[in-house]
Amino acid sequence: MVASIVALFIFVTMFVLIVQDKIERQIITLVAGLLMIVVVFGFFMRSPEAIWRTLNIETFTTRDFWLASSHGGEGTSGINWATILFIAGMMILVEGMGKSGFFNWLCLKLARFVNYRPMPLMLAFMTLSFFLSMFIDSITVILFLAAITVELAMMLHLSPTPLILTEIFCSNLGGSATMSGDPPNIIIGSALGYTFFDFAKNTGFIALVAMVFIVAFFYLVFRKKLSGVTITADEIAGLPAPESFIKDRGYFIESTIIFFIAVILLITHAKTHLTVPTIGVIAAVLALISARKKAWELVKGIDYKTLLFFVGLFIVVSGLEETGVLKVLANWIGDISGGSLTICIIIILWISALASAIVDNIPFSATMVPVIKALAAASGLDLSTLAWALSIGTDIGGNGTPIGASANVVGISIAAKNGTLISWKEYCKYMIPATLIVCAIGTLILFVRHV
Amino acid sequence: MNTTLVVSISREFGSGGHVVARELSKLLDIPYYDKSILSRVAEEYHLDRNELSKYEEKPSNLLITRSVRGFSNSPQDAIAEMQFDMIRKMAGNGESFIIVGRCSEEILTEIPGILLITIFVTGDEKAKIARVVERENLSWEQAKKRIKKVDAERQRYHARYCTKEWGDRSYFDVIVNSSKLGLEGTAEVLEHYVRARLETYEEDANE
Repeated sequence: MVASIVALFIFVTMFVLIVQDKIERQIITLVAGLLMIVVVFGFFMRSPEAIWRTLNIETFTTRDFWLASSHGGEGTSGINWATILFIAGMMILVEGMGKSGFFNWLCLKLARFVNYRPMPLMLAFMTLSFFLSMFIDSITVILFLAAITVELAMMLHLSPTPLILTEIFCSNLGGSATMSGDPPNIIIGSALGYTFFDFAKNTGFIALVAMVFIVAFFYLVFRKKLSGVTITADEIAGLPAPESFIKDRGYFIESTIIFFIAVILLITHAKTHLTVPTIGVIAAVLALISARKKAWELVKGIDYKTLLFFVGLFIVVSGLEETGVLKVLANWIGDISGGSLTICIIIILWISALASAIVDNIPFSATMVPVIKALAAASGLDLSTLAWALSIGTDIGGNGTPIGASANVVGISIAAKNGTLISWKEYCKYMIPATLIVCAIGTLILFVRHV
Repeated sequence: MNTTLVVSISREFGSGGHVVARELSKLLDIPYYDKSILSRVAEEYHLDRNELSKYEEKPSNLLITRSVRGFSNSPQDAIAEMQFDMIRKMAGNGESFIIVGRCSEEILTEIPGILLITIFVTGDEKAKIARVVERENLSWEQAKKRIKKVDAERQRYHARYCTKEWGDRSYFDVIVNSSKLGLEGTAEVLEHYVRARLETYEEDANE
């Protein structure tokens, strides 16, 4: 009991400190993780086994970690090394693609394709953001897209706000569509043993349907703001050519091919049995080989702070799991829902959405994965349905406020650095209705397909 | 004057730091900037100055702010960075000026080839309250609370962007109590100090 209270106290303190944003978040989770190991596992539980389970080192030596033999082979206990390794690998791949000029080239190519007309440009960038975010982390997608957007908007004399907001939304929406799109999905997928295809069939379908509605919604909302802008041939001539971003054609082609190899491996990993960490390692190795002398630059580009943040976070969540706190939460949700899948979908999806709009969705989803697993075990409800509800809630809810997801922060910041201030009020005015629409669509589809 | 001279003046609320800066600017014949730097920022970024002043030198509300890999959603952070960039650019371009607040005592330290003089203006509590009572038409108690509030805001603002605490003595070349010699008197003393520093700096440069 005391161990549970102490574990909960460490977790809540960690969350509050993350929200306060005064100390770097990886330091917070690592210190919290260390306290969990020393105080909770070591002092109160006196359980070296719990420490060993949490560190989860032996997972590297298991065949299932690299080559999945059966569905649902992963456990939720301990540090989710599969997530960490996959994200690290993708970071290296994406760093290489950025250096090759791929993203800038793609953005400008698309802008040229629609003749730089504002409304088609918005729709094109929404689509690009959606599809890229299915495979690449949303921060990178927005980093490139928003930078190009503000530059184009300045030259076209239009406000970049509608473009940036819609790109952010579609990035988070696209991220929800696949297992590799958003960290919560990687955590859910690798912890519960779902495949890329499982996500595509479920959250992917929801995201695609939602995308149709969202395009219509943003078109109606922003059509006046983007109408009446014309661009002259001289202005077009002043824009940078897409090819100008490609410094080394060979490297550009290799990076693009490696990206498509990674995508194909992800799409087919249920058939090939390659796990996501294996795909991450393959992508990273190929990217490093292709980079040749620049390989060390790619390694330096790894956001190790995020990876350390994950390590600490998983330890803290394990503390809650080992002490039974998450089981209490699962039982509580089970009691409220009375074992009804309909009510569980509503609770998990909408509470996740609300929580993710306010706090970082990564710690939230990491915490909720053991909860839904325990809930499904105790109530006999279908675990996958709960997982899709959690995925849609956490991924889409993050759109609701400027601080809900990393892509939002990056997009707003890039706009501000270029002289466009997007306040909370302006952001929420457009993004909350869009978030509600998608959450409602997600709820309805889950009802129709699973209840 | 060939030397690029930048005088950074930090101040306690009510100490008359602005007036001291203005007087010193007249004596040294160089411009001074406080929130007026926003006009230059607004011009540079094609922004509405009134919109900028809503967030100017105010700390971000940490509950509605998040940072990701050095990016922040807070308009306060964005405007602070724009001001810092503008101040660095002006100094880097060889403009001599006096700048009030805006973390200038720290953000300019790495600009090469300038003479940066850092000053902190403080004041006796009674004198500060009396000045705020008169300037803002407040009661004695209200003025006291206002001083506490504004100084706390400056402290938080400073803490977000700088490495040391607001008012840390190691930042400053001169810490002066404006209540002892009056605002004009303080400015005159500071003028002597600045000129002496300039002379030494130019002599060193010539050697």
